[in-house]
Amino acid sequence: MKILVCISKTPDTTAKIAFTDNNTKYDANGVQWIINPYDEWYALVRAIELKEADASHAIHLISVGNADAEPILRKALALGGDEAIRVNIDSDDAYVIATQIATVVKDGGYDLILTGKETIDHNGSSLGGMVAEMLDLPYISLATKLEMDGSVAKATREIDGGQELDEVATPVVISAQKGMAEARIPNMRGIMAARTKPLKVVEPAACEALTATVSFEMPPAKAGVKLVAPDQVEELVRLLREEAKIV
Amino acid sequence: MILIYADNINGTIKKSSLEVITYGVAIGKQLGTEAQAIVVGAVNSDLSELGKYGVSTVHQLTGPDTFDAQAFSKLIADKATELDASVVVFSHSLMGKALAARVSVRLKAGLVTGAVALPDTTSGFVVKKSVFSGKAFANIRIQTPVKVISLNPNAYTVAVGEGEANVMATPVSIQPAVKVISNSKSSGDRTLTESEIVVSAGRGMKGPENWGMIEELADVLQAGLACSRPVADAHWRPHHEHVGQTGVAIAPNLYIAIGISGAIQHLAGVNRSKVIVVINKDPEAPFFKAADYGIVGDAFEVVPKLTAALKAGA
Ligand SMILES: Cc1cc2nc3c(=O)[nH]c(=O)nc-3n(C[C@H](O)[C@H](O)[C@H](O)COP(=O)(O)OP(=O)(O)OC[C@H]3O[C@@H](n4cnc5c(N)ncnc54)[C@H](O)[C@@H]3O)c2cc1C
Repeated sequence: MKILVCISKTPDTTAKIAFTDNNTKYDANGVQWIINPYDEWYALVRAIELKEADASHAIHLISVGNADAEPILRKALALGGDEAIRVNIDSDDAYVIATQIATVVKDGGYDLILTGKETIDHNGSSLGGMVAEMLDLPYISLATKLEMDGSVAKATREIDGGQELDEVATPVVISAQKGMAEARIPNMRGIMAARTKPLKVVEPAACEALTATVSFEMPPAKAGVKLVAPDQVEELVRLLREEAKIV
Repeated sequence: MILIYADNINGTIKKSSLEVITYGVAIGKQLGTEAQAIVVGAVNSDLSELGKYGVSTVHQLTGPDTFDAQAFSKLIADKATELDASVVVFSHSLMGKALAARVSVRLKAGLVTGAVALPDTTSGFVVKKSVFSGKAFANIRIQTPVKVISLNPNAYTVAVGEGEANVMATPVSIQPAVKVISNSKSSGDRTLTESEIVVSAGRGMKGPENWGMIEELADVLQAGLACSRPVADAHWRPHHEHVGQTGVAIAPNLYIAIGISGAIQHLAGVNRSKVIVVINKDPEAPFFKAADYGIVGDAFEVVPKLTAALKAGA
């Protein structure tokens, strides 16, 4: 089976969020880039586990972005991907990114396309669904478990207030979240091996952006905390009722 | 016209669907066009009542009894095309997320997911959404004639008025590629993202055996339950309660954080909450900086007292 794991580059979770150019651009100055945690901890590690159980699987990685994404792809190769593809276009439009991934999936004949549930920077949660629709494939979103039975994927996904077990024949797109696997750290052997694993750069398919980011803004600052003494919980209840008017 | 997809769970129209209907109707008023709703599957309430939230017509596609994103997307996109919809809105719920992405591709319409406010239509069509896991907002321009938006739960207040919608039921049949083998509901859980009040606890609770007082507080407030990541990682609580940057992002009206330090990754998922109450024994806990109200004290003493005070006043 050919597995394609979609890898997005995101700022480290502790990175300061600030904007430049009149609040039109994210200020990436001094930011450390990481693999989007959902892509790494759940989608990629699950793919690696599947390969550990059946060595005939191939794990390819794809990232759509400029050369800044290469260290991230190398790290993903160190964890256990076989080959990486970078589509050389920088875009913040989900349609453009999905078009690139769908093109690679179509040309590469992949059986299982894994994404994280969302990126921690754009929080779009739309890529998997878009790729699936472009290729008219089924899509299991927000999966917490995935087993393969030949060419049938058995996935548990989150539904409102519970879980659902689904079965679907490949090819299929699945988005992964917590529960699917446990985070790993690449070992020395993996890091050495990653240096010589193929990382192919391909030029993007022509596609027009359907959206554009106009500006960013920060949430309004909090006025400051009002402290209530621990033996005066009634006062807190009064404040919540009369001042905040929420209970 | 504006087409609004109203989610239902086992036949019940969800609160987030009423939010999205109110929102879609408001967009319609802004653009001077009418708003209609679409519902897929059987529901156990009278759909003409959705008129109270401002839609003139409800298109009900009867037949499908289980949700299937691939099949439902086709139905919704076809209806949008038939009605010449200029904006299609969804809730950014578990189901809505999957549908909005697929429908946007079918309609080749620009998509903004997780919207938090009405679009700015003074020049073009710009939608504000939450980004960087709640640490910031982005204003995104949709450049296509048809637009697709998914609205964050709890971001827009439901408005009820008078009115009766015209219900047009059409039978349809679907052939889902995905087979649902089984499903299980965790007992009595309120969907976290839709809870107006959330009670959340962290490592300060020392162990899973101490969650009784957290559950009691949540019960009095009819609140959803959440926890910090280490709590879910240690299996003290189920994964779906883990909130934060790598868990569920929520924006309730009230978030009560008990024995949680307020790490940046935790705050990221909860700082869109309208009011935050922090109970922590450490006055230096970073969470107090993000809080509206706070009690510096031992949770084991404060929480039962708070529950009692809420019960007494009710
Ligand atoms: C990449 C990455 C992603 C992450 N994602 C998330 C995420 O999504 N969500 C998340 O929550 N974390 C996340 N974390 C972890 C985060 O950094 C913190 O470690 C975590 O939030 C701490 O959880 P806590 O507040 O429960 O525990 P602690 O930090 O141990 O805090 C416990 C608190 O309880 C208080 N306390 C102790 N006893 C009592 C008592 N008797 N009464 C009252 N208060 C008491 C203490 O003063 C302390 O403030 C992430 C970390 C990384 C590196």
